[in-house]
Amino acid sequence: MKSKQITGKESGSSIREFLITALIKAAGYSAILFVGMIFFFLLLESFPALREVELSNLLSSRWYPIEDYYGVLPLVGGTLIITIGATLIALPFGIGTAIYLSEIAPRWLRDTLKPLVEVLGGLPSVVLGFLGMLILSPYLRIWLDIPTGLSAFAGAILLGGIAIPTVVTVAEDALDAVPKSYRDASLAIGATEWQTIWRVTLPAARSGVLTAVMLGIGRAIGETMTVMMVTGNAPILPTGLKNLFSPVRTMTATIAAEMGEVANSSTHYHVLFLIGIILFLISLAVNVAASAVVFRQKKSQGHILS
Amino acid sequence: MNKISIRNLTLTYSDGVQPLRDISFDIPANQISVIFGPAGGGKSSLLRSLNRLNDLTDLTHQKGSILLDDQELLDPTLDVIQLRRRVGMVFARPVVLPLSIRKNLTYGLEVAGETNKDRLLEVVESSLKKAALWDEVKDRLDDPAIALSGGQQQRVCLARVLALEPEVVLLDEPTSGLDPISTGKVEESLQDLKKEYTIVLVPHSVQQAARTADQAIFLLQGEVIEVSSGDLMFTNPQEQRTQDYIQGRFG
Repeated sequence: MKSKQITGKESGSSIREFLITALIKAAGYSAILFVGMIFFFLLLESFPALREVELSNLLSSRWYPIEDYYGVLPLVGGTLIITIGATLIALPFGIGTAIYLSEIAPRWLRDTLKPLVEVLGGLPSVVLGFLGMLILSPYLRIWLDIPTGLSAFAGAILLGGIAIPTVVTVAEDALDAVPKSYRDASLAIGATEWQTIWRVTLPAARSGVLTAVMLGIGRAIGETMTVMMVTGNAPILPTGLKNLFSPVRTMTATIAAEMGEVANSSTHYHVLFLIGIILFLISLAVNVAASAVVFRQKKSQGHILS
Repeated sequence: MNKISIRNLTLTYSDGVQPLRDISFDIPANQISVIFGPAGGGKSSLLRSLNRLNDLTDLTHQKGSILLDDQELLDPTLDVIQLRRRVGMVFARPVVLPLSIRKNLTYGLEVAGETNKDRLLEVVESSLKKAALWDEVKDRLDDPAIALSGGQQQRVCLARVLALEPEVVLLDEPTSGLDPISTGKVEESLQDLKKEYTIVLVPHSVQQAARTADQAIFLLQGEVIEVSSGDLMFTNPQEQRTQDYIQGRFG
């Protein structure tokens, strides 16, 4: 009798077990499904653009939709120049801050600073854009003696600022996960604190730090509101360093600014979706490149931190 | 001849705990000095004082004196980086750096500013030979050190310290994670190494202490109970507590 009771109980819980497992599975698969559907509709809406607009027009450097000029290169260029600029700013500051917090700062300072940095990451981008528009760009105009402060440079600075908290948080976690024994071992054979950080701790946390940088770049590429407010929004193809100090327009800003007033299913509408696809592919490429690098390092070192 | 003299050493942590109280003894040059006793007796704290690794803990106070060739090690103005090159340390758990075998060995010299490739190459070979590892790894020096077995990793750590050509080698339970064969190899190489170096060993068992000791120091709850030659200590200890511990009545 007793054993029967036990089995009865077990079969009841196994149904529950099955349901919960199925639910979790469904949630997992739905994430894949959503991404697939997003991609599918992007393709569906952007495909007509390739038919309606000639390739030479799309790859030209003139974006002027009212007169059917759909050159996307200035927009891609604008996004790239701002993202690269932002990365160059966020990389040293972000990783430097992470190293300071994790390796050098005393405990109490770290416990105060890290939450502060995280709060900074939650700052709405429209607020940053507002600050950039009213404070940063007028000063840039005066200091750099340029016609307008609303430029790629202003966008890069602000996007760098937006990416820094992401980089700091993730990189600091990665550095913190490096076993203390590595540091002891390095110090015990006469390395200085800086040599230990540079030659042992940072390389050991490499994959995490790289992830931090990639997340930061991803944050910068996708950012819309700030860049729309501070970059001047002139679709000029950047051809050199001088364009860093002139207005540009990014892909995200173009979609955000024009999608609201475009006629549904017009050529312009389809081209905006095409820009969305390009953006999607660029961030996909960044992510794939990052995970490829991380994977290669893991393979060559043996799994150090996993 | 004494390499290190410890006089009235007392350590205090910030929470008031004193891992060592009024310790005094000498460590003779070119011998294996074994510091043994039950866990929590302050053995590791003592070792870490000898190359100032205690600086990294929340140690608030150290009193007394540690002389290395008549140089005071507790002097706050001492260049600890230089000291750690003279007094090397091997830890209980082998910690290979996340680098290749070769880089693990050259690391200490490279951070000290050595750039001569031939010299580095030579040191890699000689220190691996001293640590009885050369034959096992000579064909794969550029493999990640983390891929080696535990016993091999521990010998990499030993070789890494030897590569710096220190005067004193501190070993904190260097064989605690090793199989008997690897343990035997490490102990064997210690007997060779003492010709060139002064060795201070915290063994992971009384048996190991008895096997390796030229001089033995019995440390119990932060105090030195007995210091004598290895032969005497393990055959005819003078103190009752030493005898009880060696015979396994406590600890």
